[in-house]
Amino acid sequence: MLRRALLRFAQGAAVVVAAATIAFLLLHLAPGDPATALGEGLSPELRATIRAQYGLDDSLATQYWRWLQTLLHGDLGWSRAEHRSVAAVLGDALPRSLMLMGCALTVSLVGGMLIGAWQGARAGSRADRATSLGLLIVYSIPEFWFALMLMVVFAHHLRWLPATGITSDLYEYLTPGEQRLDRLRHLILPLTSLSLIGVAVFARYQRLAMQESMALPFVRTARAKGLAEPAVRREAWRAALLPVISITGVMLPALLTGVVFVERVFSWPGMGYTMIRAIEARDYPVVSAGVILGSAATALGAALADIARDFADPRVRSA
Amino acid sequence: MRYRVPRYVVPIALLIAAVVAGPIFSPYAPNAQLDIIALRSQPPSLAHPFGTDAVSRDVLSRVLDGGRVSLSLAILSVGLSVVVATFYGAISTMVGGVVDTAMRRLLDVALSIPRLLVLLAICALWGALSFPALILLIGLTGWFDTARLVTDDLRTLRTQEFAMAAVAQGVRGPRLLWRHLLPHVLPTLVINASFGVANTIALEAGLSFLGLGIQAPQASWGTILHDGSGVEQSAWWLSVFPGLAAIFAVLACNTLGDALRERFASNHVQRLLPASPSSGTVRP
Repeated sequence: MLRRALLRFAQGAAVVVAAATIAFLLLHLAPGDPATALGEGLSPELRATIRAQYGLDDSLATQYWRWLQTLLHGDLGWSRAEHRSVAAVLGDALPRSLMLMGCALTVSLVGGMLIGAWQGARAGSRADRATSLGLLIVYSIPEFWFALMLMVVFAHHLRWLPATGITSDLYEYLTPGEQRLDRLRHLILPLTSLSLIGVAVFARYQRLAMQESMALPFVRTARAKGLAEPAVRREAWRAALLPVISITGVMLPALLTGVVFVERVFSWPGMGYTMIRAIEARDYPVVSAGVILGSAATALGAALADIARDFADPRVRSA
Repeated sequence: MRYRVPRYVVPIALLIAAVVAGPIFSPYAPNAQLDIIALRSQPPSLAHPFGTDAVSRDVLSRVLDGGRVSLSLAILSVGLSVVVATFYGAISTMVGGVVDTAMRRLLDVALSIPRLLVLLAICALWGALSFPALILLIGLTGWFDTARLVTDDLRTLRTQEFAMAAVAQGVRGPRLLWRHLLPHVLPTLVINASFGVANTIALEAGLSFLGLGIQAPQASWGTILHDGSGVEQSAWWLSVFPGLAAIFAVLACNTLGDALRERFASNHVQRLLPASPSSGTVRP
């Protein structure tokens, strides 16, 4: 058990190193260097001096090693657009994204498992097929488009909820209770648009797992013992939870993709919004650090999901 | 017995028809600025069923033309992915041993790196990408999950009796792969490709929506959405119609994938195996 967990974390670390390597290669293969950024009219001598100062004349391997070392020291670089360290920029943004993603994952898991279990218990029925079709349609809607539509309808047209941001302009002047309500009101639309597809995905997996588990011998035994149908379904559901836990890790990159678009639509100042702003401002250090941090977060989440699965599965736990 | 057209064929056929015959039905040229003053940002009407955009281009014509771009991008890049994935899986399985293990670990790592972030970074660093470059970029970052499926399938197939019989008769290497193993992987590839096309349509729409994918003035579903962003309220038709078109296309591909999977069981390879009481993996 411990061995598996350690192995899993080692794999996660490999992912982070790979992401860092990709970020390094991208930065170096891209056209232009810091000297180009300063403008056209640079004399060749000055250009050479700048290249030497930035260590750009060293071999690629030396530069790569230096890049890894600075990363390991937690130094992610300097954001030219925001005039502060990249760590500070992303340090502000990351918790906001994690909060949104965490809430969305919870909603998706709970909603998807409930719908999927309900469907799986009556697989093949008219209600099940109708729900499946509905979920397939939901699953086919791009998050950002759904987010746009929610914004137009509920924020612009009906004016029930705020369209953008994480708090209102007058947030500082609200009482603590109102502040909480204000944050909640800002959370509803992004959370809904981010959770919807997750619900559909989890429900699809849960439905299949539940359907398979309902056909297992122990369920027949439970029925034969005279257990009421709801109790039988509860038993079957427990056995159908594992596949759902194990796809949580697979879902994380998709969730990250979703959060980038949803943050862009609702101007939610998290990782995705910061990345897009950095891309528009050509703020490369923030972009590359975003790739590394995003990969690290996904790798960590996936490792935790795998370990949780192992822990929940007695067949693996005893091994 | 009367032959019934399967239901999943209808949306995909409609989609193909709309895209192939698009230029015939398309009322105007997709990039024609009809009347920059009088026909600017007009709401849907009989003359312009999907309205016009800020520079008086007909949105219906652009959605039809954009569909060709969005779909061909998706199909070509998924095709590239499938080819690369098949080669990777074939090499990994046929070489075996340490190379196989290393190649599988590499896949695990590649799968855990969020693709969108890498795509965003590349688009940001290289600026505007041409259509072929975009195909390469999306195709070459999208084959990891397919490669995993191919590797898994091939590995299972190699231990099957028919494969061992072929080996016993002296079939080796490429011939074993092409004639005996890969035909059984084909269903997995086709199913996976139809889901892949669905995902790629959504991905292109997203990238272009951010202004990073297909470049103006070329229409694609994403670029029309990009034109509509910021004016969702006043010119809703710019956001609604290309979005609905993209959803329809994604839905058509997903339905096709679902139907194919049902037809060929959850996994073709699993059907070749004796039925197990409880299959550990679920792949909806």
